[in-house]
Amino acid sequence: MSAPPGVTLETLRKDIRLEWRSKDAINSMLFFALLVVVVFSFSFDPNAEESRLIAGGLVWVAFLFAAVVALNQTWARELRNQVLDAYRVSPAPANSLFLAKAMGNFIFVSVLEAVMVPLFVVFYKLRVLGPAWQLVPVTVLGTWAIVVNGTFFAAMSLRTRSREIMLPLLLFPITIPALISTVEATTVILVGDPATSAKFWIVLLATYDVMFTIACLALFETVLHAE
Amino acid sequence: MNDPQAPHPQADAIITVTNLVKQFGRFAALRGVTASFPSGRLYGILGDNGAGKTTLLRMLAGLVTPTRGTVTILGSIQPRKICREFGYMAHPSLLYDEMSGMENLRYFARLYGLHDDQRCVEIISAVGLDPTLVRPVGQYSQGMRQRMSLARALLHDPKILLLDEPFSNVDIRSAREMVKLLGHMRDGGKTIFVVTHQASLLDGTASEFIWMDSGQIINRTPDLKFMETA
Repeated sequence: MSAPPGVTLETLRKDIRLEWRSKDAINSMLFFALLVVVVFSFSFDPNAEESRLIAGGLVWVAFLFAAVVALNQTWARELRNQVLDAYRVSPAPANSLFLAKAMGNFIFVSVLEAVMVPLFVVFYKLRVLGPAWQLVPVTVLGTWAIVVNGTFFAAMSLRTRSREIMLPLLLFPITIPALISTVEATTVILVGDPATSAKFWIVLLATYDVMFTIACLALFETVLHAE
Repeated sequence: MNDPQAPHPQADAIITVTNLVKQFGRFAALRGVTASFPSGRLYGILGDNGAGKTTLLRMLAGLVTPTRGTVTILGSIQPRKICREFGYMAHPSLLYDEMSGMENLRYFARLYGLHDDQRCVEIISAVGLDPTLVRPVGQYSQGMRQRMSLARALLHDPKILLLDEPFSNVDIRSAREMVKLLGHMRDGGKTIFVVTHQASLLDGTASEFIWMDSGQIINRTPDLKFMETA
């Protein structure tokens, strides 16, 4: 299950370079997420109190849907010219590829979040009433939960005919515990109710992330070399 | 006619395949291929479309698992263990279109633990391309892409080369240069398998021609005379 850092970093660098040049994932993610924000803001007209209650759900659903767009792109570029075969015949470990892809997706989705959060704040007139610093671990852990499973299931659905449909079908059910934890934690922090704490949800998210990262790393070699 | 299924009389076989069968659903791409291939030779694998040439090559590269039978390369039946020893060139380029040739090779070199950019420069020059070319591979002509793809396969100086249609869409002069390069590499001790529809290019360079039909090796000849009688 080892992944030499050299190969992982080279692959990550290569993916960032390819994304920088093509902007396939970032553009489609941003456009999609922006659309969700605008449509939701027209559909609901909440006051500040209602916004705090629903914003956690809206923002994470938007990120999840937008992440799927990026996750589909991740492996699509490896299928063009069958470049993945060049990796499969090389001695580089499968886990290096998986970690690099997951880290790359984490960066892309984080960029999306960095752009979209201020827009959410403006559109939904949000003000954090709880400990705002807790949003950092929630965002990091929640994003990793989406991308680690997404990267894995995108690779699994790579050889299926309708892989763009297959990915959400596989990813969404498995992400539900993480999504619930992330939404609950975000809502608790936004509302700032002194009777409740986000710590439970953060610990749950961290446990989920560790378990699923280990499971994905353990199974990825089989997925990569499957025909 | 030679017995195509008989092992080659030479004992120093670098690759031995035994009763290889590959089923894709109900379609049998390979139907019991048994052969051995001594080292230091250049094999031209010939046959019509659907004869099983590419499947055999992909099986040797470890990209396709046999339904039945075994592939033994350098004494190992696990291709992952000896993957440093072979270079694989497929019909698609196996290159990233958005990166330059040098960037592509540099990345693939790292996968093999090679950190010397000089090796990438040498190998790009060896296939007749300019290593300083900054334009992305997606803007290369088909012939340039094929040569860069060959450079990628040669990068880690493998003992065995598995080349699928290396001359397709390459102009005749460049194709002859590629054949000459392959001849030099064969003389240097490499074992080379070339799947091609342009058999005449290998005439005089190939040590042996492997004729395939309907998933089986039907003949092994030292020249192309069999083509006239087939």
